[in-house]
This record gives sequence, C-alpha cells and structure tokens, in this order.
Amino acid sequence: MALLQIAEPGQSTVPHEHKLAAGIDLGTTNSLVASVQSGMPKTLLDDAGRDILPSVVHYQESGTLVGDDAKALAVSEPENTIVSAKRLIGRSLADIKAKYPTLPYQFIGDENHPDINTRQGAVNPVQVSAEILKSLNARAEQALGGDLTGVVITVPAYFDDAQRQSTKDAAAIAGLNVLRLLNEPTAAAVAYGLDSMSETGEEGAKEGIVAVYDLGGGTFDISILRLNKGVFEVLATGGDSALGGDDFDLALVEHLVEQAGLARPLSNSLERQLVEQACVAKEALTNNDSVTVNLTLDDNSQWQTELSRATFDGLIKGLVSKTLRACRRALKDADIDAEQVLEVVMVGGSTRVPLVRAEVEKYFNKTPLTSIDPDKVVAIGAAIQADILAGNKPDNDMLLLDVTPLSLGLETMGGLVEKVIPRNTTIPVAKAQEFTTFKDGQTAMAIHVLQGERELVDDCRSLARFELRGIPAMTAGAAHIRVTFKVDADGLLAVTAMEKSTGVEASIEVKPSFGLQEDDIANMIKASMSNAKEDIVARMLKEQQVEAARVLESVQAALAADGNLLNDQERQQVDETLKNLLATSQSDDTDAIEAAIEVVNQATATFAERRMDASIKVALSGQSVDQI
Amino acid sequence: MSVTMTPAAAERVKTFLTNRGKGLGLRLGIKTTGCSGLAYVLEFVDELNEDDEMFTLDDVNIIIDGKSLVYLDGIELDFVKEGLNEGFKFTNPNAKGECGCGESFNV
Repeated sequence: MALLQIAEPGQSTVPHEHKLAAGIDLGTTNSLVASVQSGMPKTLLDDAGRDILPSVVHYQESGTLVGDDAKALAVSEPENTIVSAKRLIGRSLADIKAKYPTLPYQFIGDENHPDINTRQGAVNPVQVSAEILKSLNARAEQALGGDLTGVVITVPAYFDDAQRQSTKDAAAIAGLNVLRLLNEPTAAAVAYGLDSMSETGEEGAKEGIVAVYDLGGGTFDISILRLNKGVFEVLATGGDSALGGDDFDLALVEHLVEQAGLARPLSNSLERQLVEQACVAKEALTNNDSVTVNLTLDDNSQWQTELSRATFDGLIKGLVSKTLRACRRALKDADIDAEQVLEVVMVGGSTRVPLVRAEVEKYFNKTPLTSIDPDKVVAIGAAIQADILAGNKPDNDMLLLDVTPLSLGLETMGGLVEKVIPRNTTIPVAKAQEFTTFKDGQTAMAIHVLQGERELVDDCRSLARFELRGIPAMTAGAAHIRVTFKVDADGLLAVTAMEKSTGVEASIEVKPSFGLQEDDIANMIKASMSNAKEDIVARMLKEQQVEAARVLESVQAALAADGNLLNDQERQQVDETLKNLLATSQSDDTDAIEAAIEVVNQATATFAERRMDASIKVALSGQSVDQI
Repeated sequence: MSVTMTPAAAERVKTFLTNRGKGLGLRLGIKTTGCSGLAYVLEFVDELNEDDEMFTLDDVNIIIDGKSLVYLDGIELDFVKEGLNEGFKFTNPNAKGECGCGESFNV
C-alpha cells in the first residue's frame, strides 16, 4: 500500500498522481539523492542504510556494478572500473589527456567524443554517469514509493554548455526527466534558505553576496554569488582541482612516517595502513584535542604515537592558506570585498576540520554556515528546488532562476562578434536581432554562434555553425533576417534564423562537440576586461575594413552597370582611388582606411549625380509634366 | 467522533510541523476522486475554512472539515516504514473496499 506524505495546504494530489521529485548531487567522487517528504528535505538511503553512493562504475563480463561494490574493484581492475567520470564528461580527448595524463583507461573513438574501452566494449563518460543516475533513481523510486516526476541535478558553476548538455544526456539515458540543472553553490545556498534572505533580515528583499566554500576530498571550489530579486548570479568562481581532504591525509602520513623513523619505500600494506590511520585520526581530531595512532610495522612490531590537534593544524596550515588565497582571487574577480559577503556556506566533508572553519571565519570575519551536513547540503538544496519545480508548493513560492555565465552572440562581417544575449542574463530567455545581407543577390547566410566576452571571433568560443538558404535575391541590405537566440532553463541554447519576407528558416540546437577547460570561463571573462582597450581598437579597424569592402563592392557594381556615364579620364581617376582603397584596407591603419573611403566618396560624387540624373530621365521619359 | 493517532504518527507530525515553522496543524480529510471513489487528504493547515473543526490530539492540532468527519469517524493514523519507503497510513473501519494501492477507498 502506498504511504502518504503531508502536503502543503491545497496541494494534495489525486491518488496515483503524486508528484515525486528528487534532487541529485552527481559528484566527482560521491553522489547522493535527496527528496522533500512532508515538507522536510532529507537524503535517501539504500538497503544498507548508506546515503553516499561512490561515483564509481565497474563493467563486468555480464552486468555492471555501481557504488561501493564497484569501488572495491578499482584497485584490482582499474581499466574496467571508471572513477570520476564527471571529470571526463563533455570534454575532448585532447582536453582529457592534457588535464589527466595518468588515467588508466584505454581511450578509443573520435577526438571529440572519446570512449573508454572496457570489457563490455566502448563506453563513454555520459553512459558511465547514466549508470550512477540509474542507481540513484532506483533508490529514490523505492524510497518514495513510485516513479519520479522529475529530478534536479546539480553541476559545478564552471560547467560549460557541453558539460551541461552531456549531463542532461546522461539523465535521458537513465530515463530521468530533468526539471532543471542547478549550480552546486546555488543549491547549497538554497539549502540554507538564503534565497529568501535580505540584508535587513526582512522577508522579501532578497539580495546580498554569498560565498560558497566547497572543500571536498580532492577538489576545492570557491564561488561568489549575488542574490538579486530571488536570482542567484555567479559573480566569480575559483579554486584548485587538486586540493582537498586527501591532501590533509597525505600531510599526516608524511608526518607519521617521519615520527616513526620509517624509510621509504614502504610495503604496500603499510602505506595503505598509514593512509587509513591518517584519515581516521583526522576525523577524530574534529571532536577531540588529541588521538592515539597505532601502526603495525612490517616487522609486526607495534608503534604508537599521540597526535594533538595543534600538530595536525600545523601540518595542514599551508594547505588551508592556499584555499584562502583562492578565495581572495575570486573576490577580486568579482570586485567584492570580504566584508561585503553576507553569508559563507560550507560544503564538502573537509569543512568539518576545525582549522578550516576557524580560518574561513577569520578571513571573512563571519561565522560560516555549518548546521547542515556539508556532504549532503548540495543534494538537500537540489531536493528543495525539485519539490518546487514539480509543483508541490503553492504558486507564490518563488522559482529560483539562473543566469548565463558567458555572452552568446554571432559572427558578423569582418570577424566581429555581435552579442545577442549578454552574460548574466536570467534564463530562460529568448532574444531576437535583425541582420541583413552584405552582397547584392546574396541567397544564403552563414550563422556562426559564439560564446564569450571578446569582440573578435578568434577570441571567443565557437559553439555552432549553420546556414540559412533560400533568401530571395535582393540588393545588399534589403533582406531582413531575424535571428532568435533561445536559452532554456538549463542554460542550453537554440538558435533560429528566418528571412522575414519568405518565412524560410533554419535552426540549430547547440550541442558543442567538446568542452572548455575548467578555468576557461573565468579566464574568458577576465580576458575580456584586461583586453577591453585592444578589443575596441581591433573592432574599429575591422569595422572600417568592412566598410571599405562594402564601398568597393557597391562602386564596382555601379561601374559595371553605368560605366558609360564617365569619360575615360574620369573613369581612370575613380579606378585609381578604388585601387588605393583596396590597398589601404589591407593595412591595420584605421584612420588611413577611413580617409581612403572618403577619397572614393568624393571621386565618385559626380558619377553618383549623373547616375541619378540618368535614372530620373528614364523615369520621366514619355510623360508630360502634368502627369507628375 | 473518534479519530486516533499512533505514537509514531504523533511524533512525526510534530517533527514535520516544527520543521515547517508555521501552520495551525494537520488537516485530515477525504475528497472524491481516485480509482475507488474517495481519497485521503493529509495537509498542513495555514488558515481555517468555515466548516472546519479543530481539536487537539496528542498535543497536535487536528483539523477536519464537516463533510470529511462522517467518513473519518473511527480512523487511526499511523506512521510506518515499509522497506525504504516510509509514510503515513490510515486504518479506516468505514472503508468497505480499498483500491490496490490503498490511496483511495469506498464506504
């Protein structure tokens, strides 16, 4: 028999139509699923009472293992056991090789869609993530007693379109309906209810700066968010993809090796014992001032030492300082002072370490939020959002919105980027802009979709290209081509181009073929600011070059049609100025090009007058003055 | 009129109400829908309707509307765990038949 949950007033559903929703934290190392039941968000447990599912998939001869069972085989069968697939998702082979040169996997398939060769054949990172999602889905359906209406999946704030799309693809393979992809730091802020906070404490104002400090096992991320009218905007992200609690353990291992007077190389079993003991000691020091560490050495003798929290703090002090330097950089990127930060949210198991809390508190001069389990806080936030999106809350409850991380635009003549949707626009959004043809009789137009903050195509990221064909032949500039950019709630882009007189249209859904490097988004934004001046200069030059090309094109077309209106000497003079303009436009002297265009304009003034006279004569011939 | 709650149910309802941080109590009710005609309603209450009756049961405010009262006389609300799934369950002496899933019933 299906069990009942308490609904919000008036939100009871009819039987068999429960809107079950879950939030999924699809992590690099561990994943979790959570749901709101009777108004209370909580993580869902598996049969063995565990809520954390290691993000590990093992491919067997027949069948697939996910989670702890798969993790157990990671050492003995590394090539068939995929760990941290999230690092590979939406990335090209070149990206992966540059970033993680020592992975044990055999990569096959093409450059942009690399597969991993396992015992079961080729699998790609999307399929690996799908296995993890399937496992979490099965757990949720068992725990909630029915099929899920939809899920919210969290992704890092720095994930680009390719990585987000790949995550959605993984969900589709797992048979999940994705209500929304949510940025991880945003989810953590939502879990603490910061989406309804205000500086003055009064409900409804909803604004302020939030810092999310996420220190996991192997990675550190800092995100600076601004909440404005219920919308979280990511101002800056930063961090270190190779710094986490595991490094605390290693520092402790080195200390123990030194204290015990051990000499490397050590036996594998002793190394493993050291790492295990270090991890146990680290966790015990969260609530105790000192712990006893016991080791069984290779000669079977016992070794024991007392480890104080002060000693441990000394060992990890440098690592913690490193995270604070990343915080400082992120704040600088966001152009925010530490004092302006209203709340600091702690995410990730390593934020339990007392020194980490103390140092973060000192740096931001604010007690960080730690009341929600830092391993679960992202999943909890996702669950709250999923509950709202599935429609289990009354309408007046606010719907969380996200923003585009980078501007989206298209290429115009001269290799310039015309931005259609600026960065930090709240999504979903649709914007249209009109463009026209450059040449007489042009019947097709290439649309090149770009992402980035810079002025020139070469400095932005190419997302997609497509062509609009079947434009009726018209003079240059007469056609009206409406290009619409639509970004859905998950940040995915669709572009449509339509010629207005005929209604012919072409469109593309942007599924980029490879991913940006982790820090690229931040770098792209930074580059746009530090290069602003050069960009403007480059833009002005390109604009003049395009104008020169346009003048050359139209004068030559006119000469071809009405060249007989000029005598030889005049014709020679015009040709001379055109030749000069052609030569000058190849240079990078913006002023000279502008001057040469002016020279052509003057040289062709008489010609233009005669052409006009001639066309008036044609129009008037055979008509009496009365008729006009 | 007798409506009862098991200690497990009372404890859970209190926890959920405290966690929600607002609300007058818990609404029990029925509505005409579902595969067997009637379905249970279990909701938080923020404001009372005209024909609502409120009473206290194990320190919890229970709200039932007049129409539902007839059908709910004698029911017991329980909180149970079935495998991974946990939630509330009604035992209704008036119900003559239940649908397979137990979410709806007839009298």
